[in-house]
Amino acid sequence: MKATINWLADPAISFTLIILVFFLVFPITDRLEKISKRLKIDLLWTNTGGLIALGVLVLFFVWGLTDENFRLIVTKPDNVPIVGLIFLVGFFTWLSMKQARENDNRMGQGGQPLEASDKSKVLVWPDLIYIEFICLILATVLLFAWSIFVKAPLEEPANPTLSPNPSKAPWYFLGLQEMLVYYDPWLAGIVLPTLIMVGLVAIPYMDTGDRGTGFYSYSGRKRAISTFMFGFLVLWTFLIIVGTFLRGPNWNFFGPFEVWDANKRVVLNNVNLSEYVYVFLLETGLPRGWLIREIWGILLVVGYFAVLPGLLAKTVFRNLYERWGTVRYSTFIVLLLMGMALPIKMYMRWLFNLKYIVSIPEFFLNI
Amino acid sequence: MSDDTQPTPISRRGFINWLTAAWVAFIAIVAGLLTGTVRFLFPNVLFEPPQSFRAGPPEDYTVGEVSTRFKNEFGVWIVRSTTEIYVLSTVCTHLGCTPNWLGGEQKFKCPCHGSGFRISGVNFEGPAPRPLERFKVTLADDGQLLIDKTKKFQFEKGEWSNPESFLAV
Repeated sequence: MKATINWLADPAISFTLIILVFFLVFPITDRLEKISKRLKIDLLWTNTGGLIALGVLVLFFVWGLTDENFRLIVTKPDNVPIVGLIFLVGFFTWLSMKQARENDNRMGQGGQPLEASDKSKVLVWPDLIYIEFICLILATVLLFAWSIFVKAPLEEPANPTLSPNPSKAPWYFLGLQEMLVYYDPWLAGIVLPTLIMVGLVAIPYMDTGDRGTGFYSYSGRKRAISTFMFGFLVLWTFLIIVGTFLRGPNWNFFGPFEVWDANKRVVLNNVNLSEYVYVFLLETGLPRGWLIREIWGILLVVGYFAVLPGLLAKTVFRNLYERWGTVRYSTFIVLLLMGMALPIKMYMRWLFNLKYIVSIPEFFLNI
Repeated sequence: MSDDTQPTPISRRGFINWLTAAWVAFIAIVAGLLTGTVRFLFPNVLFEPPQSFRAGPPEDYTVGEVSTRFKNEFGVWIVRSTTEIYVLSTVCTHLGCTPNWLGGEQKFKCPCHGSGFRISGVNFEGPAPRPLERFKVTLADDGQLLIDKTKKFQFEKGEWSNPESFLAV
């Protein structure tokens, strides 16, 4: 069992599974939604379904804590908030999806959304203020208890010649640190995060239709919600969890029940695209000039951003392109392709040990 | 009655004089604060190890081994191969963490993003885009290695063939 979970936790496998499950839970097209309905996945968004999911998650953690390695990682003071994050993100996703499903069902039967009735309305004074006040007190008590019972993860004074092994960023940056494994600092640290965040903010609002707006609804805005949730849950939250629990010494991957062995041998001979082309395929050796050396990678990147949008507009996104027009479609597709560049590069690294598509260390341009 | 409550009139010249004085004082204070803030960016005392140091005679170093003797003090590894001694910088070329030498696997491995470098300093795994930098190493008059960190040699610029970047032994 533990060996199976360790094997499943391997990023290539867990990431693939997460993506497959994600699109069944948050179907992006009508067809996927039908499959999801047939598999009864929307039962997750009921009280019973939510409780069962919570029970499974709690059981997993309780069972996991009996294992020494799992306990060591999960109860580390740095990592305790991430355990909380798993439960909190899960709960709030469930809460909003539950209301969305309820509304979708009511609308499907020709009714009004829940928000249209007075049932969900609360008086600001005294009801809402009281609720907020009690939340405030509970949160304060929680923080006090936390600061008393969990020791602050302080370490020895900083030493520039000694990096702790593994060196981890604060938890909210671990998604970025994971991205830095696959991309050059200026791309993974600045360009991609900025554009992914702009994309997550902008893409849900690009559909200006008024279907499913003003109240919780999934069916009315499934493309917007699914795209956003993919960025937030898979590319952000999941990578934080991976960075926190699955990255060990030397930034190697470790399963949740694996010993953090600093001498674990992992063979990662990463190869640039230029080396694949010239050394393995053409067997001529790398050419001297960087332009000739990197021309294939440059063509690939240019093709990704210049040719692919046009192809997609003619095929998958034909309806979208006709409804939105060139400007809105172009903005959307560039932001989407920027976001997708991350998982694509991750798979290229896992499957082909590809280091950089374009690698010009002569002037710090690596893609 | 209304005459009593009238404020004393202020002349146009007087008003402008006061205004000028007020502005000068304001700008002086702001400039002073800014100067103080900018001064704050520069440390009073800077503890920096000398950029150039002696590292003992070549015989101190075993063939095929990475010496971590000067890693903490000067941030260098001294490596002796069968034909030469070279000095590697301990700064990872990806984001500047300090890698560890793993003798069992014969590689430098960075704990931050998993970059790996061979004993020669050439990058071969993880995201590091270029090899570790080498420093100038010569033989001093007293037979010790003299390492000068102000002069570095980068592989991707073809500088490792420079005779100052290694010491033939």
